[in-house]
Amino acid sequence: MVDHTHQDIDAATGTATTGHEWDGIKELNTPLPRWWLWVFYACIVWAFGYWVVYPAIPLPGGHTKGLLNWASRDAVMQEVESLKATRAPFVGKIEQASLQDISADPKLAEFARAYGKSAFGNNCAPCHGSGGQGAVGYPNLAGDRWLWGGSLDQIAATITHGVRSGDAEGHDPAGAAGMPAWSQMGLNAQQIDQVADYVVSLIAPTKADVSAGQKIFAENCVACHGEDAKGNTDLGAPNLTSKSKWLYGSDKATVVQTIANGRAGHMPAWGAKLDTATIKSLTIYVHSLGGGQ
Amino acid sequence: MSLWSKHAIFEKHSLVLTVGILIVVAIGGLVEIGPLFYLKSTIETVDGVRPYTPLELAGRNIYIREGCYLCHSQMIRSLRDEVERYGHYSLAAESKYDHPFQWGSKRTGPDLARIGGKYSDDWQRGHLNNPRSVVPGSVMPRYGFLESAPLDYAHIQEDMKVLQIEGVPYTDEMIAKAKDDLKVQLNAEDGATADLAKRYPKVAAHASNGAAGPTEQDALVAYLQMLGTTVDFSQFNDKANWR
Repeated sequence: MVDHTHQDIDAATGTATTGHEWDGIKELNTPLPRWWLWVFYACIVWAFGYWVVYPAIPLPGGHTKGLLNWASRDAVMQEVESLKATRAPFVGKIEQASLQDISADPKLAEFARAYGKSAFGNNCAPCHGSGGQGAVGYPNLAGDRWLWGGSLDQIAATITHGVRSGDAEGHDPAGAAGMPAWSQMGLNAQQIDQVADYVVSLIAPTKADVSAGQKIFAENCVACHGEDAKGNTDLGAPNLTSKSKWLYGSDKATVVQTIANGRAGHMPAWGAKLDTATIKSLTIYVHSLGGGQ
Repeated sequence: MSLWSKHAIFEKHSLVLTVGILIVVAIGGLVEIGPLFYLKSTIETVDGVRPYTPLELAGRNIYIREGCYLCHSQMIRSLRDEVERYGHYSLAAESKYDHPFQWGSKRTGPDLARIGGKYSDDWQRGHLNNPRSVVPGSVMPRYGFLESAPLDYAHIQEDMKVLQIEGVPYTDEMIAKAKDDLKVQLNAEDGATADLAKRYPKVAAHASNGAAGPTEQDALVAYLQMLGTTVDFSQFNDKANWR
């Protein structure tokens, strides 16, 4: 035990020992550096000040609020408000202006593209890719192949209401009007093979005879894809004559699979998640990626 | 002399030391934890938070089993950058039916507190099967085996009973119908979930990928797609919950 009454001074260093001794070896009781002690005491004093100024002690009736009345929730709301105020000159204009006016005003359009780009990175890139290049099953937004139309208004409508999202104003809200599974709709494997040959021949001309497939196409597919197979953006039916990369692939095996089993892509309705200015900016950004019409 | 020599009592008797430690820790606990049970702001009153449907609960069990919480948090902090990216900061009330909560403390992947509805079911499935197929730089492991693993929900009612004991307001009707409800939620046909929605408001139907019945992936996707979707924050008044 420490004996504080009889200090034992170590002869070699002149420092007091703690009185602990192991096999003749004694532990020195070297005092803490003076500067360290002062910092330590200052911290204690600081803590008292902190308790008074900031929220600190939980009590049954509520925690102590502190003189500053600071709260992290207020702080974040203030920060968001000041951020909004910083952006207000542009965001306010974007809210008011029509999409066409925004894209006609170079400064506003530049802001909208930058604003839209950051929203795109967070919300859209997981499916459509960081550059809007898309992936298998997720449309390329940088090309000229639009399922539901590539004009400003059409892009805005698709973003706001989605595709097969359950939003009544969205594309195909009930999910009943996608590409049907033709293997369940009366086409046998041979017929599907023939029509697939014809569809592939639309972009990869062949000398082989595809007239059987053409006949099946004319009987079953033209209602959505059109006589000329150029698709219909009202129905989300893709243009089958486009040489740009196809959504699910344009090789024969994939086309057979698409015809046999059907396709029904899905996009969430962003209207409830994103505000007007963000959706308009996204529209401008997506439109500017290369394929805007 | 004095106090120093009295301290020897603690150093020489382990039982006295144990009791002394208990007393000191109890004081800390009483001061720091006790008031939380009486503070109104500990758990805010928020409309919309509901218990998990049986399918979502089964998905949650898989989320815990696979250790998703080790890389994904479900806690949006009240910081500007988080609120801008993920949405409204998380409220305690949003995880009041979570036993245990999945707040997490590490983000190798993004926060998932409001992931529900952000991406499509197909995206979630594709991403679980191979994260690189949709997020090229992702370091998340593949969870493709969930797609073919049949969902074992034989004990879902027991799960719900335990949660009921812990204070989750599952009614006896909910527990009785649990297995049917689980299958109904995987029936995406029109109106199939109308009865389910009476017990679980805002419930979303999902298509099942399994030919032979629900898969573990079905359940996990249903869970992910409901995260953060129950509270309407345009109706939430933060100040009203303070005192």
